[in-house]
Amino acid sequence: MTTRERALTDGFKAMAPMLLALVPFGLVLGVTMAGTVVGAGWGFATSFIIFAGAAQLATVQLLNDGTALAVVVLTALVINIRHLMYSAALAPAFRDFPPRWRAALPYLLTDQTFAVSTLRFERATDPVYRRWFFFGTGVALWVPWQLSTLTGVVLGAQIPESLGLGFAIPLVFLVLLIPVVQTRPGLIAAIVGGGVAVLASGAPYGLGLVVGAVAGIAAGVVAESVGRR
Amino acid sequence: MVVAIVLIGIGTYLTRLSFIGAFGARRVPAWLERPLRYVAPAVLAAITLPEVLMPEGTMDIVPSSNPRVLAALVAVVVAIKVKNVGVVIVVGMAALWLFDAWLG
Repeated sequence: MTTRERALTDGFKAMAPMLLALVPFGLVLGVTMAGTVVGAGWGFATSFIIFAGAAQLATVQLLNDGTALAVVVLTALVINIRHLMYSAALAPAFRDFPPRWRAALPYLLTDQTFAVSTLRFERATDPVYRRWFFFGTGVALWVPWQLSTLTGVVLGAQIPESLGLGFAIPLVFLVLLIPVVQTRPGLIAAIVGGGVAVLASGAPYGLGLVVGAVAGIAAGVVAESVGRR
Repeated sequence: MVVAIVLIGIGTYLTRLSFIGAFGARRVPAWLERPLRYVAPAVLAAITLPEVLMPEGTMDIVPSSNPRVLAALVAVVVAIKVKNVGVVIVVGMAALWLFDAWLG
C-alpha cells in the first residue's frame, strides 16, 4: 500500500467513531432547518457553505427569529472563532504542505478533524502521510454530514411542528456543553454566559446571545486569573 | 438571508485558514489564547439556556406550561453518563413528551 492509501484509510478509520454522534446531529439539524424561514434548500446549503454544525444551527435559529443580519453574522463568527486556535496549532505541520493543499485543507478543519489529526501528527511526521490523513478525516466527516443534513431537510418537511422537535437543538448543545464545563473557569463562563443571555434576551436586534457570550468569556478569563493566585 | 449565510461561510473559512495561511505569525498571541478557551462554554450556554427557560420569549419555569425545564434536567443527567448525542436526543425528546402529557 502506498503512503497515500495508508494515510487515507487511517483517516477514515480514525473518524468512524465520531460518526455515531455526528449523524444524529446532522439529521436533527436538517429537520430543524426545514422548519424555519430559511427552508430546506438554503438550510442544506449551509452544510457545505459553512460546514460547522453549531454555527449552522445558530444561524438558522437567529434568521428564523428575525434577528438583524449583521448580528446573525457576528454571532456565527463568534461561535466559529475557535478555529483560529486550531489553525494556529496545526500551522507548523501544514507548513510543509504544497500551497494548494494549504489553501484547500483548512475548509475541512473542524472540532473532530482537529482532535484526531493533532493526536496522529504527534507520531506521524511524514508530510505526505499527514496531508492525506487529514484529507481522509475531512472527507470521512464531510460526506456523512452532507448526507445526514440532506436526509434531515427532506424528512423535516413532513414532520409536524406539534412534536416539539425544536427542543432537539438545546439538547445537542447540552451534550457539547458537558465536556467544556469540567473546569471551574469553564463552568463559570457557561453560567454567566447563559444567565446574561437570559437577562438580555429582550435586547434589540437579537443581540442577547452575543452580549451573553462576551460576558461569559470575560467571566471565564477573570475566573482563571483569580484561580491562579 | 443568503448574504448572511455566504458571509458566514467566507468568514468561517478565513478563521480556519488564518494561521495555516499566514507565513509569519505561527502562534496565537497570548492575549487571545485565554479568551478563546471560554468561547465554547459561554456561547453554548448562551444559546441553550434561553431556549430552555423561555421557549415563548418570556421566562417560564413552571413545569406544566414549560416541560422543557424538567426534560432538560433529565437530558443533562443522561448527557453526563453517556456522551452520545443520539441517545441524549431520544431520551430528552421522550422526557419532553412525557412531562407534557403528564403535567400539561
